[in-house]
Amino acid sequence: MAYFSTSEFRGGLKVMLDGDPCSILENEFVKPGKGQAFNRVRLRNLRSGRIWERTFKSGETLEGADVSEASMEYLYNDGEFYHFMNTDGSFEQISADKNAVAEALDWLKEQDIYTVLMWNGAPLSVTAPNFVELPVVETDPGIRGDTATGGTKPAKLSSGAVVKVPLFVEIGDVLRVDTRTYEYQNRVKK
Amino acid sequence: MLAHDWRPTASLAALAARDDLNRLIRNFFQRRAVLEVETPLMSRGSGTDPQLAPIVARYGVGPGSVGEPRYLQTSPEFAMKRLLAAGSGPIYQLGKAFRDGESGPRHNPEFTLLEWYRPGFTLEQLMEEVAALVREALALAADPIARVSYAALFQREFGLDPHSAPLVHLQALVHARVDRQLDLGERDACLDVLYSALIEPTLLEPVFIYDYPATQAALAKTAPDAQGRLVARRFELVMGGLELANGYDELSDAAEQARRFEQDALTRARLGLPPLAADTRLVAALTQGLPACAGVALGVDRLLMLKLGTRHIDAVLAFPHARA
Repeated sequence: MAYFSTSEFRGGLKVMLDGDPCSILENEFVKPGKGQAFNRVRLRNLRSGRIWERTFKSGETLEGADVSEASMEYLYNDGEFYHFMNTDGSFEQISADKNAVAEALDWLKEQDIYTVLMWNGAPLSVTAPNFVELPVVETDPGIRGDTATGGTKPAKLSSGAVVKVPLFVEIGDVLRVDTRTYEYQNRVKK
Repeated sequence: MLAHDWRPTASLAALAARDDLNRLIRNFFQRRAVLEVETPLMSRGSGTDPQLAPIVARYGVGPGSVGEPRYLQTSPEFAMKRLLAAGSGPIYQLGKAFRDGESGPRHNPEFTLLEWYRPGFTLEQLMEEVAALVREALALAADPIARVSYAALFQREFGLDPHSAPLVHLQALVHARVDRQLDLGERDACLDVLYSALIEPTLLEPVFIYDYPATQAALAKTAPDAQGRLVARRFELVMGGLELANGYDELSDAAEQARRFEQDALTRARLGLPPLAADTRLVAALTQGLPACAGVALGVDRLLMLKLGTRHIDAVLAFPHARA
């Protein structure tokens, strides 16, 4: 893998730091008038998700991390691992542990397509699409025709996520939901 | 997809503000009878400061010729001192300077520098003049600008004396307050990162910092301070967390200048940096005699950032490095 110098650090660059793959968020060059230059760098540890703030001497290098994104279809959960298949035509299958799917866990639906961040051939994290369509499996009975009062109630979706929905929503309705905010968007006509 | 990066990053209002500022600067010095000069951007000699990397161009006899190196100036200091030695009297220059690798929210490798020299001025008189210019440019009230010594800043923030604290104390402080894995072998490097990371960002109101460690003298005179510590007779003006200007009581002793060139060469070798030829013409000029003078360089792009209240230098540049 190539090495990158501090002057090449920019948002999105993936590097190895203390044995973990990291994504650079910000890189600020600082230098007192007549003094030595440093780079103050914010990185996200792609394994733990934690943000690191580090300071490097300008000109120091870090090894690039072999991190790539792949679109993968969710197949099934065997009780321990979550299995995905690459959609690039290779039919390559990978299994991800609960850690890696943590952020997408509320939205998993078989045959849907997810973004899987791969590091050295193993999944680091799974991201759900921004919008998903899922059926309601639990909610209070709908108040038919109430599309105007603006009231809400909780509804549980087939994936397990609980979202606030308008009062007219009924069990079996398929809803479009924003996975980033858990916000109900609309009912989907099937 | 169509590329959009042909567009300027500065707004039209920012371009107009730069035009205003350039005019204000020229009026300011005209009223004070300081001569505007121009010196080469491209020279055979270069500044030897180990912390500055020059960008090298090549000049040859024509197409296909490899040519000889010419250094793009990191500041117009040497050439302006040659003019002073030749009897120019007070001079200023408003122009571009180039520093390799300096790029970020507050740096562009090609930037606009205002540099001026005042024969017969004390550092205090020069600080007053810098304050007058900055007050006029930023339309500030006529309040005096605070002054604090480098030592007092470190005493206040860390409770230690930057001139005498042992290296291990400074290293421990860097580990505790900046980065526990940042290992620095030199006192000045520790002081630099402590200053950059923890002091400068807190200096929002305008303040002159003076009396730097003697090891950070660059081309300033050194002298004992009130406590008898050897300090560099230098100041910086900091405002909005930005270093705006850097002024010196100028070194005029040719032998001391030659010694500092040698020191720089040793430091460059130790750091594995390419050797740079010392500017023999500067040493010759100093031998002829540089009048006692104070000089200062001010970052015009940063002054404009403060005027427009922007945090990124790109907002005041028509085309920053990435779009040049």
